[in-house]
Order: sequence, then C-alpha cells, then structure tokens
Amino acid sequence: MNMRSVMQKLSGRSRSARGPRSGPLLDTHSPEAGPDASRGVMLYLEDISVSFDGFRALNALTLYVETGELRCIIGPNGAGKTTMMDVITGKTRPDTGSAWFGQNIDLLSLTEPEIAQAGIGRKFQKPTVFEQHTVFENLELAMAGDKSVWKWLTAKLTPPQREQIDEVLTTIGLTGQRLTLAGTLSHGQKQWLEIGMLLMQNPQLLLVDEPVAGMTPQEIERTAALLTSLAGRHSVVVVEHDMAFVRALSGSAGRVTVLHEGSVLAEGSIDEVQVNPRVVEVYLGA
Amino acid sequence: MRADRGGNVFLSVLLAVAILVPVLNVLVPESSAFHLSSYTVTLLGKYLCYALLAIAVDLVWGYCGILSLGHAAFFALGGYAMGMYLMRQIGTRGVYGDPVLPDFMVFLNWKELPWFWQGFDNFGYAMLMVMLVPGLLALVFGWLAFRSRVTGVYLSIITQALTYALMLAFFRNDMGFGGNNGFTDFKELLGFDLKAPATRAVLFICTAIALGGSYLLCRFMVNSRAGRVVAAVRDAESRARFIGYKVESYKLWVFVFSAVLAGIAGALYVPQVGIINPSEFSPVNSIEVVIWVAIGGRGTLYGAVAGAILVNYAKTYFTAALPSFWLYALGALFVLVTLFLPRGVVGVLGRWRRTVPA
Repeated sequence: MNMRSVMQKLSGRSRSARGPRSGPLLDTHSPEAGPDASRGVMLYLEDISVSFDGFRALNALTLYVETGELRCIIGPNGAGKTTMMDVITGKTRPDTGSAWFGQNIDLLSLTEPEIAQAGIGRKFQKPTVFEQHTVFENLELAMAGDKSVWKWLTAKLTPPQREQIDEVLTTIGLTGQRLTLAGTLSHGQKQWLEIGMLLMQNPQLLLVDEPVAGMTPQEIERTAALLTSLAGRHSVVVVEHDMAFVRALSGSAGRVTVLHEGSVLAEGSIDEVQVNPRVVEVYLGA
Repeated sequence: MRADRGGNVFLSVLLAVAILVPVLNVLVPESSAFHLSSYTVTLLGKYLCYALLAIAVDLVWGYCGILSLGHAAFFALGGYAMGMYLMRQIGTRGVYGDPVLPDFMVFLNWKELPWFWQGFDNFGYAMLMVMLVPGLLALVFGWLAFRSRVTGVYLSIITQALTYALMLAFFRNDMGFGGNNGFTDFKELLGFDLKAPATRAVLFICTAIALGGSYLLCRFMVNSRAGRVVAAVRDAESRARFIGYKVESYKLWVFVFSAVLAGIAGALYVPQVGIINPSEFSPVNSIEVVIWVAIGGRGTLYGAVAGAILVNYAKTYFTAALPSFWLYALGALFVLVTLFLPRGVVGVLGRWRRTVPA
C-alpha cells in the first residue's frame, strides 16, 4: 500500500477508491422512484473489480442489460457469476467500478433492502418459501408496500391486490395450488412460487440464479417458458450451467454472455458463442 | 379464513363452565349431590388463569417462534400489582392496624409508604399497572434482545436469567414487596369480601371472560395479515427480513402483547389463591408453562388451554395421591409428547378428525 492511499484512509477520503461517478447525476437519493431506463438500458456495470484476499473474483467486468431483455450468463465455476449478482444486490461492495440501475440509481450507494425496494429482485438457488403458509399467502406476504405492524393488523386485501396475486398465480402456473401449503409443493413448484414472490414486488430487474438445478425435464421446460414470458415486462438475468436450458431460454436471437476469470469472454447469440474459439477452449471444449 | 373448529369448541365449553360452575356453587344447596364446593371453584379459577398464561406463551412461542422461558415473570408482576392493591385494601384490619402501611412495612419499621406504592389504593390505577409493568418490562427487554438479533436458545437462556434475577430481587426485604413472605391475608376486593362464595364465583366468571376475550383477540391477531407475517418470521426469519418486513418490530409487538396477557392472568390469579410471593418468579414455573403448551399442542391457542388444564389437573391429582411421583410424571410426559406427539394432544385429535375431509 503506498503512502497516498494510507493518507487517504487516515483522512477518511477513501471513497475515491470507487472511482469517479459516471452517468448523469439525476436524483440519486430516491430509489423509490424506480429506475429511469429511458435510454433502453436497465443495468450498467462498468469496470467492476472485486478481490477477496488477493483472489480477483471480478476483473474489470463491464456489462449492460437492456430493458425487457432476457440475458443468460454462463461460465465455468469461479468465473464470477455469483459475485456479480452479489455486487448488483449490494451484498458485496466492489473495489473499483460503477454500477447503475437505469440512469438515476447508483447501486453502490444503496443498502441491500434499498436495492430490493428500488426494483431489483433476486432469486437464490435454494428455494426458501414460507412452508407453513399457502401459496396464496406466500404471494400476499411478498407483496410490495408499507409493511408496518399496525397497518397490517387490520389490513385487508384490496380488489386490485387480489387481482395482482391472481395474475401472478396464472403467470407461474400455480392457480390450482393457491390454497396448498407451500411446504408440500414439489421442488419445481417451489422455485416457481419463489419467482412469483419476486414478481409481487414489481421488480424491473430479475436476477435468477441457476433456476433449473434439480428439476425434472418437464419442469425445466415449464421454467424456460415462464422466464421467457417474463422478458419484455421485466429485464431478466439468468445465471445457468445447463447449456440445453440456455439454448431453450435464449432461442437463436437472445444474447448470451460468457464469463471467465471475472470478466466477459464473449457475448452474442448462443450459436455465436458456441463456436467462439476462446469459449470452446475455456469452457465448452473442456 | 381457516375454520377454527377447536377454538369454537373451546369457547362453547368455556361459556358453559362460566355459567354452570357459579350456579352449582352458589345456587345449588350444599346438601345436593350437584353442589360444587368453593374449593373446587377456586381450583378451576386457578386453572383458567394458567390457561390464559398458556395462551400468552403459545402466542410468542407457537406463532412467533420465541421460546420464552421467562413468562412466569410477567405473570408474577401482574400478580404483584394486584397484590399491592389488595394490601392497601386491608387498611386498619392488619395485625398492626396501620391505616396506610401494610404489616410488613410496619414490621420493618418503615415510616412512610415508598413512592412506588403510591396510587395503588385506586383500583383503576392498579389495573393499569397490572398491564403496564409487564408490558414495559417486555418492551425494554424485547427491544434490546431483538435489536441485537438474539434468537433461539440464547434468547431462552436470557429470559430464564430475567425471571431468576427478578426472583432474587423480590426476595429482598428492602425492595418493599414483602420479601420472601410476599403478600397475603387479603380481605376484600372493591369492597367485596374475598372469602365469600359469591365474590369467588364472580372472580371465576371474570377469569372466564378474560380467557375467552383474550382468546378471541389472539385469534383475530394471528388470523390478520400481521399474524401471517409473524408466522413467516417464525419459519424463515431472514427471508421475511429480505422481503422487507421489520422483523424486530413484529417480534417486539407480539412479545409485549403476550406479556400484558400474562400480567392479567397473574392479577386474576392472586385474589383467588390469596397469596403472591417471589417463588412465582421461579425459573421452573416458566418452564412448566412451556410444557403445558407443548403437551396441549402449540400454534393453535386452544391447544395451550387444553394443555394447561390437563397438566394442572394431573398435578392436583398426583401431588395429592403420589406426591413424590409428580415431577417424574411431568418430565416423562414432556419427553413422550416431544417424541411422539409433536403437535400435542390437540394434534392427535385433529388427526382422528381428518378422516372426514374438511
């Protein structure tokens, strides 16, 4: 560590380690207002680097996700996929770089709940639904809005809220299970319910981590259909190992990003990246 | 909403008992075979107080997942607040005949009433304290514990420490609560002689009303949207936090409400049994309440009532018939229920009934 950075740390000015703020400085303090994606880009990740004890998990990663796009991200283990998700959701702070949600929300200045509130929903690998509640109640619990105790003691579902739940039930294909206890659902159904719980919070951007691990072929097919149907209304980023699933999801036109050693190795349609010699070398050819 | 069949059965039985018991005691002549002795009325009243305490514990444990091993402390505090009122009511009829000071203060050679005894001659003020003192203690304790995210077994241990510390404090004479003798020799409540069968019958009815009312209130709360959040906190606390709920305030609110219920139970208990002393704070008492709830079946409210009454009836029977056997029986009961009936007695009844589709 050189003297300059020590002095900066001592004087409390190490904020500059984040690098200069890029992007227009519109109202950065109102995440509730939602992202401004008027330029067609929902997520900007620029030059993001993260190291853990000398290991570079992300290395100057730059990635843009467009509004309404369904983006698949693939890469071998340790390529930095999960770390990237952690940076977007505020769980991990990058050493350098910038992350913007739309043009107005600086993700690096927000806490995890604020980011969730701003409209980024993340689905973890392991489904965690409320097992002792029905499917309907799970969605009700996940609904966006004021969540104080006093309000909720007497709160009743309004007709529009009921409609929203019914709509999500239809989207995730669990209308028939609305009164089933979530704990008795199959693994695949739990995954869909969890996606539904994310949808209840009206996210602009959905991050989905390995959604089909442990699913049956029929469930995989339905999950692909579900995620495809979400694109357009939401931007969806899917991290996945399963190439067949990625192919089903992105079709011939959708964009696929290949990560390797913490940065983008290739980007393009699934057919393009599959014939890219560097991709073949590090990932597919192995 | 989910039909609460068990709860409706419980409320009907409670209503019948609240009418029948006083009638059989006061209106049926003693010579009749249907006459209930005042002893039995008091005993049943005591059971109902325990049942209310059990509901309070079921609310925090069964619905919110907070295993409180210190609820007897809130019960005892409510009891002490009621006891202070009853002590002030004795007036000049005490052994020393002091119009203001209770006997133990005269005995300790105190000259005037301590500040915290002021106002307890007023029934309304005393009833306010019955709810306020346990509620405030729960608020401060819960705020500190939940904010520091103390959960699980650690929380259970500090609730035990809380009740133990209070027991030691109340044992001290200079605390001003009668030391190890506590309060007793009560004369009257609102001018009614506590020894009179009619007063006891009315106290019994009041206890039944408090139990039924608390049951309805708790049922309303656990069936509200807030109640579903509370159950979600129990099952997956970090998930609920991630969705955006302030988990701490939900827990705190349930804990405080439950403490107030326990305080009311204690206040109804004291005039019926006629004594309150620091042994009510004993850590074992709090553990026993948890055993009642576990045996009855947690997370149903009426299961807690069933457990409290069943276990206490067994206790009354066994401590008279086979005194040395009771603690072993209680321990064995707890182990067996935990191993074989995870949903308690009402869970077994529910399983039998489930053969008929609901």
